[in-house]
Amino acid sequence: MDFILASVIDGLLLGFVYGVAAMGLTLIWGVMNVINLSHGPIIALGMFGVYLIFGAFSLNPYVAILIVAVLGLVLGVAIYYVAVQRVINAPHLSTLLATFSVNMIIIGLGTAIFSASPRNVEFSLGSLTLGPITLLGTRVVAAFAAMLVAGALYLFLYRTRYGRYIRAVANNRDAAELMGVPSNRILALSFGLGTMLAAIAGGLIATFFPFTILAGGAYELKSFVIGVLGGLGNPIGALFGGLILGVLEGIIPTFMPTTWVPVVEFLLFVLILLVRPQGLFGAKS
Amino acid sequence: MNRKLLVILMLLMVSLFVACGGDDAAAPAAVDEPAPAEESAAPAEEAAPEEAAPAPETQTIVVGYTASQTGSQNVSSTRQVNGLMLWMNQVNAAGGLELSDGTKIMFDHVSYDDESNTDRVQELYTRMATEDDATFLISPYSSGLTAAAAVIAEQYGKVMVTTGAASDSTYQQGLTTVFQAYTPASRYLTGAVDLLAQLDPTVKKLAFVYENSKFSTDVVNAAKAYAESLGYEVVLHEGYDPETTDFGPFINKLQDAAPDAILGGGHFQDGSTFARQINEKNLEVNFLTLLVAPPEPDFADLGDAALGVIGPSQWEPQAAFTKASADEAGMEFYGIESDQFVIDYEAAYDGEEPSYHSAGGYAAGLLLEKAIVDADSTDPVKVAAALDAMDLLTFFGHIKFDTTAESHGLQIGHSMVYIQWQEDGGNLGKQVVWPAEGATADALYPMP
Repeated sequence: MDFILASVIDGLLLGFVYGVAAMGLTLIWGVMNVINLSHGPIIALGMFGVYLIFGAFSLNPYVAILIVAVLGLVLGVAIYYVAVQRVINAPHLSTLLATFSVNMIIIGLGTAIFSASPRNVEFSLGSLTLGPITLLGTRVVAAFAAMLVAGALYLFLYRTRYGRYIRAVANNRDAAELMGVPSNRILALSFGLGTMLAAIAGGLIATFFPFTILAGGAYELKSFVIGVLGGLGNPIGALFGGLILGVLEGIIPTFMPTTWVPVVEFLLFVLILLVRPQGLFGAKS
Repeated sequence: MNRKLLVILMLLMVSLFVACGGDDAAAPAAVDEPAPAEESAAPAEEAAPEEAAPAPETQTIVVGYTASQTGSQNVSSTRQVNGLMLWMNQVNAAGGLELSDGTKIMFDHVSYDDESNTDRVQELYTRMATEDDATFLISPYSSGLTAAAAVIAEQYGKVMVTTGAASDSTYQQGLTTVFQAYTPASRYLTGAVDLLAQLDPTVKKLAFVYENSKFSTDVVNAAKAYAESLGYEVVLHEGYDPETTDFGPFINKLQDAAPDAILGGGHFQDGSTFARQINEKNLEVNFLTLLVAPPEPDFADLGDAALGVIGPSQWEPQAAFTKASADEAGMEFYGIESDQFVIDYEAAYDGEEPSYHSAGGYAAGLLLEKAIVDADSTDPVKVAAALDAMDLLTFFGHIKFDTTAESHGLQIGHSMVYIQWQEDGGNLGKQVVWPAEGATADALYPMP
């Protein structure tokens, strides 16, 4: 029983971070109907950003994550103007190919610069033992940071003028333009926010797991599962989807081999698409 | 007219001679036919009087191998080649080997980049065996690449000493010319079980958590069978994907199963992450042995998480395999001792500390050298027979090959040494804790 409880808590803590990664993917889908296939490499860039800043300036990794977040926002806006803007109104295949190209460019450059050797951010916050449960400091802080990010995104979307613009463009881009909303800039901002969330998630993961430039791929796949689970285009649903996936990842190994985890995850992915395609928390209407 | 014809014939002869000489220079040195050497190149009219002994013949032997200059095996392969080249340079610098008939044997090499790719290995070993006419072969690094090269060596009747290749299966397919320097995978972890039995005979429960790769699975399955044959109960036996970074679920399972000892791992990254997360999660464990990662110097970067962790290694500089220990065991010792190898290697490679891959490369050359000396010939059949009969101690450890038809060439003499990270004056350092004859310190048990 203790063993299951410990597994559930581990999964929950990790689920918050998965949620942030998935929020980035689903925000971009929700606002501009673009499936961002460069999501994984951007998560990996977030990891490397924290690794490099921590290594070069010995800055606290959480301060480094703030810098990485800003760089992620700028990178996202740049990717939008360079690769996405021209094909935003084209069929989905065009945007898929455009973001896949960005994916390949980042992976290619990253492999050339960093190689595929694993890296570690040598940082620890110790651990807290409560009976049979040991909580790792870095995971607890990451979960709190993820909650803060999710709360900040919610406030931004629902309490600020630009948040309203984003929601307006997501609902009806033509109507929003008629109301004077600069839709192209709002789309760029949305793409930037999506990549910023991916970079933050990568930075948080880097504080407790080793990584390579190819490590983002696994989190991108998880983000797809979470996006479908929480409802595509619903960022807050994505956070809850992340928690569900995290708990599943914690519980599944308690009664079957750990290698079965992805099998169950993707079975769930297919099941949700078949039975409740709008996700558990409702997709963008 | 006759004089003109003679001149033309002489010119033709000279040009043919020059052309042949050019070809010889471009191609790798001849193998069984001695390359022209300074000693034997004296013109006939300057030959020594009949009663004087003829100048010793010098024969240059070509050793072929591939190196993974690119690809995933690059680091280990480079060290292996460094070790091999150190051996070759030392033998040549000492004037080569001398056979009983006075023939001097010098060594040359032919080598290509195999790109860590099995297909390239087969293509290149075929080329070395046929076009480059290499007399002897040394394996590439890794079991997978070596398995591909071994088939080619056998096909062309070339003696190949393998190093950096632990898998047993390569030597269980009826090969007759392939000889393994490394301890095979099936005995990689069995020594750790023996060590545990010696440290604490009351221990009963073991857990195996290992990477799902051919090498790790082979190693762990053999160790598990061995442990069960000794009466141990295996309370957890589970593999993880090579890309695993989160060992939380395994650690939770280990907490529940409460084994006395954990064995497993796979390669450097997963092994060091596993050790780190075991430490972070405060998992109480008395004995932790992981494959590959602990012997690497970088493992010390884990700090407290490295303390007490044991790892099998093919060779360690501290392992006391010396002439004295050979005499004590009534065995023949051949070659340099570990201390000298470390000094020579560091001097040759800008202070780089030799790993067991480097030592394996050197040992492969050393075994070939010893076989040529014992055979008193470079004839592959005689050299293979000498390897079959070999039973000696080197700086790399005990060497003896299986000569049965089922597992010909499999290494049966060499044992792994087991290192443990221990604290020495505030610094972490590796100590050899097993086998007892090579130990430099007692094992810390239970681990801190």
